[in-house]
Formats: sequence, C-alpha cells, structure tokens
Amino acid sequence: MIYEPSAVAVIAFFAFVAATMGLSFYLGGKAKSSQGYFAAHGEIPWFINGIAFAGDYLSAASFLGICGMIAFYGYDGFLYSIGYLAGWIVALFVVAEPLKRLGKFTFADALDAKFQSRGIKLAVGVSTLAVSIFYLIPQMVGAGVLIQPLLGFPHWVGVVLVGAVVIYIVVSAGMVSTTYVQFLKGSLLVLFSGILTWMILQRGFSTGEDVGYAFRTLGPYASAQVDEELQAATGESLLPLDGEWESSPYLRTRDESTGGVTTWRVEPAGDDEVLLREAQTLIKTDDGKTLVNGLPKGTKAGEPELHPVGQLAELPGGVTKTGPVGPLQFFRTLQESEVILWSSEPIRGPDGVTTVYYQKPTAGSEVLRPGRHPAFAGLQSGQIIDKVNFLSLMLALFCGTASLPHILIRYYTVKDEAAARKSTIVGIGSIGLFYILTLYLGLGAMTSGALDPTSSNMAAPLLAKSINEWLFAIISAIAFTTVLGTVSGLILASAGAVTHDLVSNVFRVELNDYEKVRVAKIASVFVGAIAIVLGILFEKMNVSYLVGWAFSVAASANLPALVMLLFWKRTTRQGIIAAVVVGMVSSLAWILLSGDTFSKVYGLPAEDALVPFSQPGIVTIPLGFLTLVLVSLMTPAPADEALAEEAAREA
Amino acid sequence: MTTHAARTGLILFAVYLLFYGGFVGINAFAPQLMAITPVAGINLAILYGFALILVALILALLYGFLCRPVRDDSSKD
Repeated sequence: MIYEPSAVAVIAFFAFVAATMGLSFYLGGKAKSSQGYFAAHGEIPWFINGIAFAGDYLSAASFLGICGMIAFYGYDGFLYSIGYLAGWIVALFVVAEPLKRLGKFTFADALDAKFQSRGIKLAVGVSTLAVSIFYLIPQMVGAGVLIQPLLGFPHWVGVVLVGAVVIYIVVSAGMVSTTYVQFLKGSLLVLFSGILTWMILQRGFSTGEDVGYAFRTLGPYASAQVDEELQAATGESLLPLDGEWESSPYLRTRDESTGGVTTWRVEPAGDDEVLLREAQTLIKTDDGKTLVNGLPKGTKAGEPELHPVGQLAELPGGVTKTGPVGPLQFFRTLQESEVILWSSEPIRGPDGVTTVYYQKPTAGSEVLRPGRHPAFAGLQSGQIIDKVNFLSLMLALFCGTASLPHILIRYYTVKDEAAARKSTIVGIGSIGLFYILTLYLGLGAMTSGALDPTSSNMAAPLLAKSINEWLFAIISAIAFTTVLGTVSGLILASAGAVTHDLVSNVFRVELNDYEKVRVAKIASVFVGAIAIVLGILFEKMNVSYLVGWAFSVAASANLPALVMLLFWKRTTRQGIIAAVVVGMVSSLAWILLSGDTFSKVYGLPAEDALVPFSQPGIVTIPLGFLTLVLVSLMTPAPADEALAEEAAREA
Repeated sequence: MTTHAARTGLILFAVYLLFYGGFVGINAFAPQLMAITPVAGINLAILYGFALILVALILALLYGFLCRPVRDDSSKD
C-alpha cells in the first residue's frame, strides 16, 4: 500500500509529541533527589498510578500487535489479551503489597530486603537489564513501523526519533514525568479505543463495494475448459507458468493494454469444477524494482499498489448491509457471516520470488474461535507437542506480568501498600476494558476493507483511517505515545538497575543523592542508544514474537524468587541467586534453540531445532522454582547463617 | 500486608487460577467446545474470554473491599 503523509496526521502527531515533552519539561523541576527521580517521592496519587499502569502495560504490542493479529487471524489475538490481563491477578493478589513493603527503588530491593546480598543485587540487576532490553526491541521496532506510513520517514528515522524523545523525557524528570506521560497515554488510549469501537458498531457490516476494492471471483468452470473460460471472461491473455508457478494453484493473465498481470487462485468447487479467485502479487526483481500485479509500484495515490483487503463475502439473511449493530449483535452477525481472510505464499519464478496474497473465504464461526494463527494452529491438530506449546505460552503470559521490571517499579511511586493495591485495581479495570475493546477493534478492522495485506501492525490505525482522517491522526499519535510511554518506563527501570543495584550495591561506589541521579541519567542515555541500535537491527522481526521472549524470560527469572521469598521461610540467599540465574539462562537458551528462532531468525529449518517446542515457560518457570528449593535446602537456613556470621564477628 | 489480606489474596488467586486453567484446558484438550453457542448466539470462546476479564475485575474489587481499613471504634471511649 502507498502511505502518503497527511497534513492532519502530521499536525496531530507533533502536537502530541510537543505536549508530552512540554509536560516533561514542566515536571522536570520536581525530581532533584534520587527518591524523586526513581520513585516520584512516592507521592503519585493511586488513581493516577493505576491509569499509568495501563499506560506502561499497553505497549505497541498490545495496541498494534493484538489488533493486527485479530484482524488477520480472528480470535487468536484475543488469547494474548486474556493472558496479559490474567497476569494482573498474580500482580494484585500475590506481589503488589509485599513488593511495596519490602522495596524502595527497584525490584532487586525487594528480593534483597532480607539478605543484603551483593550476589542477589547483581543477579537481579542483570536480569532486569536483560528483560528490559528484550522488551525494548519490539517497542522500538513498533515505533519505526508506525512512523513510516505516518510521516513518510524511513524506519531508522522513526527509531531514532522515538529514542531521542524518550531519552529526553527520562533524563529531564525521571519517574514523575514518565508517570504523567503514562497517565495521559493510558487515558487517551482507552478513551479513543472506546470511541472507535462505538463508531464500528454504528457503521455495522457491509458486503457492498463501499468496503474497499471488489476482488473478483469467476466460475465455477469445468476444469478442462478453465483456460478458455478465463480468457473469455477477462479478455486478457494467459501467461505461461514457469518455475514453481507450474505446480502452483494459480493461473495468470495479462492485460495487453496496460501490461498489468492478474493472478487467479484455482480452487476446487465440486465435481470437476473450479472457482477462480483474484489474488495480488508483489515481487522485488533482481534489478531492484518492485512490481505490484506486474506493474512498477507507484509512489502516489492512484498509481499501482496492493489493494487494501478485509471484507465480508456474505452476511446472514443475504442482506448487503446491516446498519448499526449492538455489542452482542456484532458477534452474532459475524458468527453467521462468511469472512474473506488473506494469506500469502512465496512462489519462485524466472524473475525471482513473487509473494502472492490470496483470498481465504472462511466461516465467521471459525474466525471467532481459536486455532487459525500458525502459533495456535496446533490446538485443532491434536498434536500433543502443539498443545504443550500453547499451555506454555499461556503460563508465561499469566506469570510474566508480575515479573516485568518496568511494571514492578511503579509500586514504589505510591505512598503505601493500600495505595499499591488500589492502583492495581484501577489498572485492572482500565486494562481489562481496553482488552475487551481489542476484540471489536480487531474484528472491525478485519471487515473494514482497509487492511494492508503486507503489514498486520497497521490494522488499528488503518481501521481508524477507514472511518475518519482525524481519527486516524489521533489514533496514530496515541499509538506513538504508547511507544514513548512504554519505552520511558523500560529505560527508567534499566537505569535504576544500573545505578542502584549494580553501581551502588554491587561495585560499592559511594554516590551521593545528586550523583545517583546523574549516573542514572547517563545510564538512560546508554540504554536508550542500545535500544535505538537494536530497534534498527531487528526491523524485520515480528513485534509480538519479541514480546513473548520478554515475558518468558521475566517469568522464569524473577517470579520463582519473588514468590518463594514471600511464602517459604526456608528460602536462602543462594537459592534466590541460583533461581534467577537458572531461570534467566535456561529460558534464553530455550528460546535461542527453539524452532521459531531457527526459522525466523537464523533462517534454518524449524525441524532442526534442539528443543521440542518454542515456548519455554512450562519448563523453565518450574525449573526456577525447583532450583530455588534445592539450592535453599543445600545451604544454611537464613537464621543459621545470621547466627554463624554473628559468631564469626564476635570471634 | 496483613495476614488477613495475604490469606484473602491467596484464596481469590486460587479461584481465578481455576477459572483461567479451565479456559486454557478447554482450548488445549477440547477445542471443539469453544464453538458451541450457549447464550444469545455468542460462542463459548467469546463468552469465556469476556468472563475472564470481567471476573478479574470483580475479584479485584472484592479484594479491595475485603481489605479496606476497618474503623477503630475503640478510640471513641
């Protein structure tokens, strides 16, 4: 698709960024001490903090990734919504209040409260950095993805722009400004998602030509006469099928007057008959040209481009338009409709590899149940390994939230345990509401006729564009501040880990309050710079996939230590260190040796992977618990150790 | 955190864990059940999914209510 920067979008975007930076500058004066910089003096009101939780948590992956996954695959994306929200139950019922009571600045504070151990600070500081950087990569990639169509800049410019703005926000005022940016972003995201949902319901469904380009379906034709029938129906000449085209389910015709090529997918339609469905093609030729349906890709509106996709083939009762629908009627109607989903496959021909985007008419009842996305396809297959992989992902999502460092540090910005509890409840309310809306947004995008078949990440902004240009501008700007907010929180969590856990406690560098803040700001610039570089390097990686890494590593490294410290008195210092290290290393190693990484990162066959399934959580989270128990039982109990140290001092 | 709050939290956590486990278990081992439409033509996948989000909020509010500060009337004496 061609994305032309719109003046409205650019104005709205810069207004948002300017307002965000202005707020940071204004609040900059309030954070001179380290207590102010890292924890906003513990003075953030619980309601503000609760909405800021939503701002922190609803990252680019939630907004762009989940909506996109639902728009392209149906219900499967909503499984992520459910898992992400359920994780907050662990945060509220198990982690929130003890964490607030035990810690001061960082997650390591809480784990180390009982032991004052440099080893714990080192292990947890490193795991905080590892998780934060993994989580930063998809956010930065998301920023680049977003800025490209919005402002017309290349991917790397988007990444650098986000990095620079975020570094400015974090360096200028730390946790105070980060919190208010999150509050602003969290409120706007939920509010405008609600408005967009309302507009989707008001618009209802349509199968008419008002919903995007009308893709043709020809036939049914007798298989033996399909070539002649196709030429007669289109008035175009058949192209010879060379290379992999010959054995593919496609026919190709050329319009001699324009040179345009149409690709037709041949589908069986009963006894010796076939249907022909119009597909789209994209090819990057060896001499560097990009051809869309046989013609050079245009740069301006009206020139050759891939047509937007996402339509209904059929509505219940044979109607072509429903008019406004209610929130439940929305699902009922879709359940009884036929939806045209899109898929793609590479075909190697004489000119190079062509990507073919083809229609997949699918019953609405299929779209509204799990199992269409490749990651969840195993649910319907009956393969036990696929089921274990699914259980493992849902476990990591459930356990990961309460282990994410940038979420955990938010418990130190409120004054007491009651405020921590209340802000989590507000967080669950706002995040839960947003996740319910994701299903409407995703399915609304699926039937909007506005989807870019090459990029699922743009589904939500393009849905808004199909309704109203201003809405597109605002939704894109909010999505951008979503990235800004989450990245600020992550950089701050990393800076806290470097300054407080590593420099002050592990390396025992004496720092006064002013110096601590200065070190944190320098650390923020470094982490921000690393994030910019990684965001550019990982441009082609799938955003949701990378977030899955961060959740698995966080849950495996941090949760066993945190839970056992709270609920098992026999937990020892060595047990905590071992659990964090084993959880972090094992989950990282599992990910790097998995089939997903083999195919998506190394470009090797997934069958060569050294671990049986891709999601590590179901193995590495219990492994973290087991390690902690075994090592704790093999080392002196905390009371014995304290006595031994006292005896040694007296001697 | 008081012992009362901790115990309340763990009980509510166990309730939710069972509810979440049920959803994950049905999807993994009886996925065909997710297609049935028990209420108002809406399938179980959507009903259960929405219920998981709403129950999380209800349990969170219940926890907040059960852990609210109790006014100490003895101070009036």
